[in-house]
Amino acid sequence: MSRTETGTHAPGSLAPTGKRPQGTLYRGREGMWSWVLHRITGIAIFFFLLVHILDTALVRVAPEAYNAVMSTYKNPIMGLGETALVGAIAFHAYNGIRIILIDFWTKGPKYQKVMFYVVIGLWVVTMAGFVPRHLINVFSEMGH
Amino acid sequence: MATTIEAPRSPYSRAPRSRGINWEKWGWMYMRASGLVLVVLIFGHLIVNLVLGDGIKAIDFAFVGGKWSNPFWQVWDCLMLWLAMIHGANGMRTLVNDYASHRTTRGILKGALLFSVIVLITLGTLVIFTFDPCPAGAPADLLASFCSAS
Repeated sequence: MSRTETGTHAPGSLAPTGKRPQGTLYRGREGMWSWVLHRITGIAIFFFLLVHILDTALVRVAPEAYNAVMSTYKNPIMGLGETALVGAIAFHAYNGIRIILIDFWTKGPKYQKVMFYVVIGLWVVTMAGFVPRHLINVFSEMGH
Repeated sequence: MATTIEAPRSPYSRAPRSRGINWEKWGWMYMRASGLVLVVLIFGHLIVNLVLGDGIKAIDFAFVGGKWSNPFWQVWDCLMLWLAMIHGANGMRTLVNDYASHRTTRGILKGALLFSVIVLITLGTLVIFTFDPCPAGAPADLLASFCSAS
């Protein structure tokens, strides 16, 4: 389990400042994967946003038109899609704050790896709160 | 024309910038500033619409009517629309610059992004501020309860 080992040793190995090789923040491991996930979640959120503005614009067409489209969002398959969307938003939000801290906080680059696991932790807590709540709402809507 | 050779070990200096605004720098600042505001706006949006009350079950025309008859939610949603569309399109612009290798492809994709931003921000803003929660002739059971109150 090299991953766990590196994780526990990370604070110690980071301690001597200025000894780390430069330019490793975005190559491999946490730095790179957070960047990859930030891009993928960003693309997904952007395309949902385009659709979401258009579906909301239907309130200007007719109440029936808007309600018809909203009823498709209450379908269980769409409910799982909304869960994935909220998961993408939560990751993008928390990792975005991590990026801001890396850029503006003096110790940000030093703690970027720790902050990545804080992002994952906050994401798990957020999803643990949201997923049951949303799926109960979606699946109790079935048959209506 | 004589070439000046700098003294060895003289620090690297960038070519002096041409005058004008450094748009890339302000774009970079915008992503971070708007990102912080969007965290608050979108988490609030998700909590109010998907977590509180009956969540997604409650979302219909009457729900939107109730929210957008309040200027607070009109401003909230309008701010969210502008900040998110520009943030998202600028992020997509970064991806186009990174992955589209041909100049023409980049031009077409970035043109499409600009087009969609202008159209959707205009459409969304108009929808938020010209919205009528109680349209004449619509069945009363589809509208917010305050429509039939008077």
